[in-house]
Amino acid sequence: MRLKLEARPEPSRLMGYLSPLLAAALTVVAGFILFSALGKNPVQAFYTFFVHPIRDLNGVTELLLKASPLMLIGVGLACGYRANVWNIGAEGQLILGAIFAGGVALAFHDSDSKFALALMFLAGALGGMLWAAIPALLRTRFNTNEILVSLMLVYVASLLLSWLVHEPWRDPEGFNFPQSKQFSEGALYPILVEGTRLNLGFLVALGAVAIGYVFLNRSFLGFQLRVAGLAPDAARYAGFNAHRMVWLGMLISGGCAGIAGMGEVAGPIGQLLPSVSPGYGFAAIIVAFVGRLHPVGILLASLLMSLLYLGGEAAQMGLALPSAMTGLFQGLLLFFLLGSDVFINYRVRVVRPVPPLAQHAVAA
Amino acid sequence: MSTTATPRIELRGITKIYPSVVANKDVSLTALPGEIHAVLGENGAGKSTLMKIIYGVVKPDAGEVLWEGTPVVVHNPAHARELGIGMVFQHFSLFETLTVVENVALGLPGNPPLGPLAQRITEVSQKYGLPVDPRRLVHSLSVGERQRVEIIRCLLVNPRLLIMDEPTSVLTPQAVRKLFETLRQLAAEGCTILYISHKLDEIQELCTNATVLRAGQVTGHCDPRKETPKSMARMMIGKDLPHPQHVAATPGEPLLALAGLERKSPDPFGVSLEDVNLTVRAGEIVGIAGVSGNGQQELLSAISGEAPVRDRKAIVLCGVNVGRMRPGRRRRLGFCFVPEERLGRGAVPRMSLADNALLTAHRYGYVRRGLIRFAQIAEFAQKCITEFTVKCGGPQAEAKSLSGGNLQKFIVGREILLKPKVLVVAQPTWGVDVGAAAFIRQKIIDLRNEGVAILVLSEELDELFEVSDRLAVIAKGRLSPAKPIRETNVEEIGVWMSGMWPGAPGAAGALPPSVEERHAAQA
Repeated sequence: MRLKLEARPEPSRLMGYLSPLLAAALTVVAGFILFSALGKNPVQAFYTFFVHPIRDLNGVTELLLKASPLMLIGVGLACGYRANVWNIGAEGQLILGAIFAGGVALAFHDSDSKFALALMFLAGALGGMLWAAIPALLRTRFNTNEILVSLMLVYVASLLLSWLVHEPWRDPEGFNFPQSKQFSEGALYPILVEGTRLNLGFLVALGAVAIGYVFLNRSFLGFQLRVAGLAPDAARYAGFNAHRMVWLGMLISGGCAGIAGMGEVAGPIGQLLPSVSPGYGFAAIIVAFVGRLHPVGILLASLLMSLLYLGGEAAQMGLALPSAMTGLFQGLLLFFLLGSDVFINYRVRVVRPVPPLAQHAVAA
Repeated sequence: MSTTATPRIELRGITKIYPSVVANKDVSLTALPGEIHAVLGENGAGKSTLMKIIYGVVKPDAGEVLWEGTPVVVHNPAHARELGIGMVFQHFSLFETLTVVENVALGLPGNPPLGPLAQRITEVSQKYGLPVDPRRLVHSLSVGERQRVEIIRCLLVNPRLLIMDEPTSVLTPQAVRKLFETLRQLAAEGCTILYISHKLDEIQELCTNATVLRAGQVTGHCDPRKETPKSMARMMIGKDLPHPQHVAATPGEPLLALAGLERKSPDPFGVSLEDVNLTVRAGEIVGIAGVSGNGQQELLSAISGEAPVRDRKAIVLCGVNVGRMRPGRRRRLGFCFVPEERLGRGAVPRMSLADNALLTAHRYGYVRRGLIRFAQIAEFAQKCITEFTVKCGGPQAEAKSLSGGNLQKFIVGREILLKPKVLVVAQPTWGVDVGAAAFIRQKIIDLRNEGVAILVLSEELDELFEVSDRLAVIAKGRLSPAKPIRETNVEEIGVWMSGMWPGAPGAAGALPPSVEERHAAQA
């Protein structure tokens, strides 16, 4: 008797939904073992990691605050990924969005114009799109690989930001710290819940989820993106422009990432720093996949991922564990998800060797 | 069946079950030495699976194989060849950049010296009338010549059982006759041949015994020489065949015109289109015959716009020069197209039939303000399912879940329901069961009678003679003149299929004809 992995006649819908839950459960189990191996009481560690951060209103708003950029970028990425346009550089596009929005904020520093925030929003989207346009152009003109190009541009963006806050945009009264001036009140997202950091960016992200849902599932353009991803030859046959799909996928995801970057500097940070994101652009890739490239799934996945960020911080403070815990849990989650996804297209069958007698019985 | 001789091969109760389909159920088959035994059945009846079981490619779930009277388990193709079983697959496995002798050497155990091997290839090829130059590169060979290489490769090891899987689908009628001579000679020497096909006339001509499969089960045995194609068809599909009605055409104005269409193939082994001229008028069906791989794909993607050409005047659609236009703009002019590949090109496998209807129907009011009108498109899909008797679970069924024939009916139905002015259909009934094939042909003829200009590309000559008003042949990227169907016949079209029509460069003696062409010319 042995186990055999065999292809399902068609992908299992049930496993499609169960797989992220299974992955989350396996992550918890692996975390349990990990905490034990580190000499921590696993129950207490789990409490610190997953419950403690959201035990009060402040915790919950922090959860939503961190989930906002994740769901915003995740929805954008999902649009591209559905079309097999693999934008891996959302982190770079986020940084460019922050730079563009930051530039506008600094220009409006001494004005109390009502348009500052709206302009920053547009500039942020534009910055992200511009950065995403580079891999789109290279792919459609020279057939380069957008995965590689978009990823490498993350480091370019990061160095660009670093130069800006070290040199031209450094706050002259900032004691030589590499950071810009604090943005004025008009260049910041309004706070939603008094006494917390939760701001308008959360509603922007929720709006993106709603628009993303309509776009992907109801609009003809979203339909074209899906066809391009599922069957490129069918898309060409139907007359959908393949280059347009690449541009669309890159610009939507880049734009969303740029808006997320704007939201960071116009929200919790309030100025430009050498680093404006703890890797939201990369974590959002995991969010998009855990959420099955579906906006509602992405909404839920972004909450989980946000909890991992908060838990990681709490584990540093409460358990004296390294900050790498966050990345480790993110990695575990993705690993288990990809592993569980195998069972969408395959199933396990127990193979018993056929006894020779049975063969004769059939023959007779 | 003789009781004196030991059967060369005997199958008893072979069953093979795949996750979604029972490929073979309790199949038994006996073939004697020197017998040409047909395995007959529609596409998907389980013929190929059965042959792969004999050749050791697939393991049966139950049943046994007796080789010359002794039970054997064939572990793999190498083991099969050791036993004396050879198989020529429908799709060849030759390396195009290597010579014939190098290709043959690759399939033999050890590292045989090429000189003597080439000598043996020549001997075998002369003995069985399979002329092939062992030093030639495979990419320069015609499809018929490639098949000869595959057969010679089998014959070198003196097989006692030769399996031929749909060998004639890639051959001209003349080449088919040559092949039959070779097979008869082999059988006379005592080699058993298992001949898989769904072409009834060929089986009647060649085979002395037949096992008929339907849906994985044996539905009958017969001696094809004593049957008619009609009676065998009944065994194959379980009912009589309808015959399409064809009345004389009254062609109108030209709606599709190709004028000096050219395209260099970017692929070194691809086919370049050269000076293709053709006119299709309203209310007529023009057929294009040809052995596959002679430029059909290139021609179709040029006409459909999936691969636009440089010269915008080379393709004229409803009076508009469309050479450089993309598929979407051509469709807006009233162009519809059924491609050869259904899954992945004509339809998205993982999408519902309603979504697949939207794929090409979206121009006809099924999208409003950028949003899909789900109810309306599902209605359209349902109409297509009903009118074309598509067996499926409804408009929300995934395209992938349909059988090939039903999906083909859906795609043909979708394109016809869009009320085209010009319809291009590639392989309208390829892999479709005989009943559905007759239905599709009738629908195409009906559409012609409504005044649509229709171009049909097919590898099945019978089909083209059945539906076309005029017939042209494509060979090596060139297109012959189109001849009215009443003024031509299978023999002439067969000669044309090797590129030898009056005025063709090969026929004029500008190029030395290949071995195949010389044979075609002799025939």
